[in-house]
Amino acid sequence: MAKNKLYTKKVIEHFSNPHNYGKIKNPDGVGKVGNLICGDVMWLYIKIGKNERGKEIIKDIKFETFGCVAALATSSIITDLAKGKTLEDALKIDKNEIVNSLGGLPPIKIHCSVLASDALAEAIYDYLLRNKKKIFPELKKRHERILKEIEVIDEKYKDWLDIEEKAHTQE
Amino acid sequence: MIKINPKIYPHTKRAQASPFSTRGTGARYGVGVYMDYAAATPVDPRVLKAMLPYFSKRFGNTMSLHSFGQEAKQALEESRERVSDLMGAKPNEIIFTSSATESNNLALKGIAEASQKRGRHIIISPIEHPCVLESAKWLGEQGFQITKLPVDKYGLVNLADLKKAIRKDTILVSIIHASHEIGTIEPIKEIGKICKEKGVYFHTDASQSFGKIPIDVNKMNIDLLTASSHKMYGPKGAACLFIKEGIKISPILHGGGHESGLRSSTVNVPAIVGFAKACEICKKAMKTESQRLIKLRNKLIKGVLTKIPDSYLNGHPKKRLPNNTNFWFEFVEGESIIIQLDLLGVAVSTGSACSSAKLEPSHTLLAIGLKPQQAHGSLRLSLGRWTIEKEINYVLKVLPKIIKKLREISPFKHG
Repeated sequence: MAKNKLYTKKVIEHFSNPHNYGKIKNPDGVGKVGNLICGDVMWLYIKIGKNERGKEIIKDIKFETFGCVAALATSSIITDLAKGKTLEDALKIDKNEIVNSLGGLPPIKIHCSVLASDALAEAIYDYLLRNKKKIFPELKKRHERILKEIEVIDEKYKDWLDIEEKAHTQE
Repeated sequence: MIKINPKIYPHTKRAQASPFSTRGTGARYGVGVYMDYAAATPVDPRVLKAMLPYFSKRFGNTMSLHSFGQEAKQALEESRERVSDLMGAKPNEIIFTSSATESNNLALKGIAEASQKRGRHIIISPIEHPCVLESAKWLGEQGFQITKLPVDKYGLVNLADLKKAIRKDTILVSIIHASHEIGTIEPIKEIGKICKEKGVYFHTDASQSFGKIPIDVNKMNIDLLTASSHKMYGPKGAACLFIKEGIKISPILHGGGHESGLRSSTVNVPAIVGFAKACEICKKAMKTESQRLIKLRNKLIKGVLTKIPDSYLNGHPKKRLPNNTNFWFEFVEGESIIIQLDLLGVAVSTGSACSSAKLEPSHTLLAIGLKPQQAHGSLRLSLGRWTIEKEINYVLKVLPKIIKKLREISPFKHG
């Protein structure tokens, strides 16, 4: 296989053969982040189980992503990083851990790693909400920030979304 | 393997081995299939050969009066003749520059500066190269008024729109000859005619078309034309601006008065000699080469559209550069396609935001009505002198698999 100098070997490995892609039937939580207009969309599905100590863990995790090499690689690696972890530990996975696990990302692509950890946080938030469980205050804050960012993007691309909407109403 | 006519390409065998191996295809042979000729072309070995003496042997400064200088000066003037010959211009109507970006800057800013007493209105299209768009934007900030004509879904400018847009204070119309992204060829002759009738200067950026399709500045009513060496198998660092005799234009580089005072800078003789040699080769080869490329291009277009579901052609199906193809694929993103192809030894490009430094999708694709998400899934494959049918077949074999795989990963699917 030819070499690519833009991305690390690890990124290319995950990009070429992503781990855990696809849907989970009847997931316990789903996190949908990103925006089609910007170019990256990540959907994370999680299934919750319990470890031997009876703590809730991420038993299974899968992703579906539309996006660039970095978006696909970060999606793949976060499923590896999160699988088997307790919810608290899974929420601790941050962009640095993702970037380091991939051996680095080009600076312009760092936002993709943020997107991946946000997708996981959103999936966990969704699970806790669905089951009327206690949501940690930090997670709630994070959820609100993610929502706000979506609003900012919507505002930035208002013209496009308006055209979209019109097109749909005409249909 | 398809044999390229040896009469046109006496160095074909060597050339094929030299720029990059095309004897095999794809991963087995390392980087093999170069399909990004619209970004850069390899220097033709004949061009390189013509250039080499001008680095260390005939290195003189064209402004020097001694024989070293005069030798260089002679090479420069002979080059000017060869370049002007390919567009039906007079040698004294050619100004050499360092890049198409510089030529386009000079055309817009130079005409604006010299003609501002007559008016301060300039018309461009939305599918120009960024160097025209940004120059126009800058002029807009200096108090000039800029009109961007609309284009249709193929990227074509409408002549009635142009007529309507020309005002009493319009000084310049600048419309790209052929789009660098979607390959659409604009009705330059008709645009030139309208400008001539209205007494407005007409500039065209022919960076992608020069050497590939016939250009005659007189028959096409062109006042200023930009052409670039490295898009036509010449070296980087050489380009030209044709300025019709009698047109007043102000320089943007001031200094020793090179190039009739319009472009001060020590003349880059080796690059210009290479540019001229490239023009000479293109002139001889244009007809047969464009026919050869059109066949390959059409095979690629037909193959992609039939083998890949939910794929669409960007740009005009017929009024199109012989070497350009541009598609968009639903549900997938372009940078991912590019890197997958690169890993299999195929070099192409995309208009996706993810691949751009600004993280914005291609302005050309948005101008022809694509939504941002559609522009993200775009792919440009541009062919050239060393493209052979085997390579087209290889791309048609691997590309459908790549798109299929990426669609499996994508959250967006049918149904």
